[in-house]
Amino acid sequence: LIWFLLAAAPFAPVDQEYVFEARQMQALSFAVHIPLVCFGIAFPAFVLFMEALWLRTGDPVYRTIAKRWSRVMLALFAIGVVTGTILSFELGLLWPSFMATFGEVFGLGFTLEAFSFFVEAIFIAVYVYGWDRLSPRAHFLSGIPVAIAGFTGSLTVISVNAWMNHPSGFTLGEGRVTDVRPLDALFGNHFLWHEVIHMYVAAYIVAGFLTAAVYAWDWLRGRRGRYERVALVVPLTVAALAAPVQIVVGDWAAREVAREQPTKLAAFEGLHETEKGAPVHLLGWYDGDEVRYGIPLPRLLSLLAFHDPKARVAGLEEVPADERPPVNVVRVAFQTMVGIGFVLAGISAVYLFVWLRRRRLPRSPWFYRAVVAAGPLSVVALIAGWVTTEVGRQPWVVYGHMRTEAAVTGASGIPVGYATLVLVYAGLLLAVAWILRRLARAPLDVQPGPSGVAPLIAGAARPNAEREER
Amino acid sequence: VTLAEAPLVLILIGLAAYAVLGGADFGAAFWQFGARGERGAALREHAYRAMGPVWEANHVWLVFVLVVCWTAYPQAFASIFSTLSVPLFIAAIGIILRGTAYAVHAGTAREIERRAIDGVFSISSLLTPFALGTAVGAIASGRVPIGNAAGDPLTSWLNPTSLLVGTLAVATGAYVAAVYLAGDAARAGLDDLAAAFRIRALGAGVVTGAIAFAGLAVVAYDADRLGDNLLAWPAVAAIAASAAAGLATLELVRRSRFEAARYGASAAVAAVVAGWALAQRPELLPGLTVEEAAAGRPVLIATIAGVALGAVILIPSLALLFGLVLHGRFDEQAAARSSDRATFAPRRPRLSLLPMAAVAGAVGLPLTLVFDGGPFLAFGVLALLTFVALASVALGATAAESDGRRKRL
Repeated sequence: LIWFLLAAAPFAPVDQEYVFEARQMQALSFAVHIPLVCFGIAFPAFVLFMEALWLRTGDPVYRTIAKRWSRVMLALFAIGVVTGTILSFELGLLWPSFMATFGEVFGLGFTLEAFSFFVEAIFIAVYVYGWDRLSPRAHFLSGIPVAIAGFTGSLTVISVNAWMNHPSGFTLGEGRVTDVRPLDALFGNHFLWHEVIHMYVAAYIVAGFLTAAVYAWDWLRGRRGRYERVALVVPLTVAALAAPVQIVVGDWAAREVAREQPTKLAAFEGLHETEKGAPVHLLGWYDGDEVRYGIPLPRLLSLLAFHDPKARVAGLEEVPADERPPVNVVRVAFQTMVGIGFVLAGISAVYLFVWLRRRRLPRSPWFYRAVVAAGPLSVVALIAGWVTTEVGRQPWVVYGHMRTEAAVTGASGIPVGYATLVLVYAGLLLAVAWILRRLARAPLDVQPGPSGVAPLIAGAARPNAEREER
Repeated sequence: VTLAEAPLVLILIGLAAYAVLGGADFGAAFWQFGARGERGAALREHAYRAMGPVWEANHVWLVFVLVVCWTAYPQAFASIFSTLSVPLFIAAIGIILRGTAYAVHAGTAREIERRAIDGVFSISSLLTPFALGTAVGAIASGRVPIGNAAGDPLTSWLNPTSLLVGTLAVATGAYVAAVYLAGDAARAGLDDLAAAFRIRALGAGVVTGAIAFAGLAVVAYDADRLGDNLLAWPAVAAIAASAAAGLATLELVRRSRFEAARYGASAAVAAVVAGWALAQRPELLPGLTVEEAAAGRPVLIATIAGVALGAVILIPSLALLFGLVLHGRFDEQAAARSSDRATFAPRRPRLSLLPMAAVAGAVGLPLTLVFDGGPFLAFGVLALLTFVALASVALGATAAESDGRRKRL
């Protein structure tokens, strides 16, 4: 009889002592991988932009930057490859019941992602090893698939995450899915689009501010040559334009969450009781009933979530206590993300204002200190954003259908695996820091363009610069 | 091949590709492991240079195998990963170490650093193929039952068949790597390295063949059903083909015909994978046939269609990469030929894109804020992204070209 029961439900929930450690292990792996994804998405575009400027002007400084950055791109991609592989292993190692039950519903997203991954791996190699070996035009073109695959890869992976948050495209009965419609589940899901765009824009912000931070640091240390200046302004310009737009995209994302995951939205604010004209509290702490010590901004939650100051917002009380996410984790993460988002937009506004009005960079060292801080802050915001959406999804792995503890493995040894991964990733981060330092310290070799054409001093802004000098 | 079996064929192709190409990468690390002195340094450097452009693409085959497996045979995937969590986790750690070795190598400057790094990271050349091999042995010998961690966490992968396949995986990788590296060295005109890897290829080839044949006895003793099937039609044909390809490759290596040997060695490894699949057919896991394990029909069709679509892009891309590598376009000497003859027509940045960016932003902002869905929202978001792209190009280019320069001259 026992054999029969096992055979009937081979992936029934198991008694696993270390569900929390399994979640931590998965979260750690994401936190290490996601900043690298940002570089996978945005950095190829930066490098290609520099190469395009070289091809257009013949100024060797652009070529030098593109070439040096492409080495960084390759090293970070290598780390991204392996940390990404770990994530796919962990889906099976930690969450086999989730995979057994739902693998066929969302698997197509990862199957398509594998091809983006192939294209990225192939063309990043052609691009980086192709310097000086391919014609300039062929070399430039070989980089374009890398940038495109960065987008399609994140699209297909996030289609799976959007499905976990807003599942559809299947019928669930007695622990087995039937009537699976994989395309509907992944790409017919309107919850996908705000997640993809929010992440895509975030990638440009993170890669932009982190890269700019390196050269802002150089500026503060007195290295203010043309090389450093160009390497600073290009990523900074992209990040400064993306950061304010991200606030608008974030507003859209919050409205989607309000509509489809009201409990998650309630956790963002710590709203216990359903009310009309719900407020937002800045800072403070949710004590299980209400937010204490926060600064209340009346009616703002209703306004933001539904664009109506009197709108009714569902509170946490709408669902049983065991179906609520850990409110303070979600709330603090959400406020961290939004707070940093506004700081980044502020830095961006200063930069854009000074540039558009005076056609020069800000001169205050405080601006450069802010840019140095913006690099790591943008990473914190990125991770806080993923904590917001993923911890906010709890206690569900498939929203409303499968609880996280029902997904976990029955294998023992999760704490050992977790500790091992912590050690390995600590070593990995040290290694990455060491490589980046090494690559940054390599001597500059500003070679003339192959044709020997003198750098062309041109540009729409040129007259302004001259005026300024007079 | 039925619809339910078609994804399994894709998985086996991926597995064969990973065993050959990914195996060659770990095998390259195997040869780096012990190499010391000046000659050892040259050997290790050659392995990086030869594998550098291709190792990432080679590793994606493993990801491909995993994702097709969990899409098409979710219960089998979950059973395998939960029972075999220990060896698979070890394999994953080895993969991290290997990728890190490539990344770190980019930053090394001195020989002593390189040797230290290679010493640490070459461990992965043993860990990953061995652990993955034990997992294959566990599946092949029927030690992975259906269910969430339903098998024994240790004996499932610590048993004669697993240990055999693990050892065979390490040896195979070393063998294939030696053949490839000999070929790459010969092409680049590095004759002493070619000779060094030729000897290694011959040695590893003999050892690998010996392990494979001794292995048949081990399997017959440990997993008699698999053993019987391996020596019966149709699996025996694949085993014979593998043996023939292996012997032919040895002869090609002996004659220093490395380019042909490349394909012979690959065929020998791929034939072993095919033999395993044929011997195990029709069961995926004990009590679970491929037909029973397969996902629903729409999923299988979507997966096959998705892979077919991907292959349209993948095959020419891979052909381009391997074509460039095998024609020596990425070799050291090729740089001399250089990008040359670039004719620049330096142009002024085009009429500023800023007004267009401003229009896109002005359209996108209200649409995104007002609409909660539908085509207007989509259009608004696209307009906002267009704004960022156009304004980045316009401002980025002018900011890079402008001031700063004059002050410093």
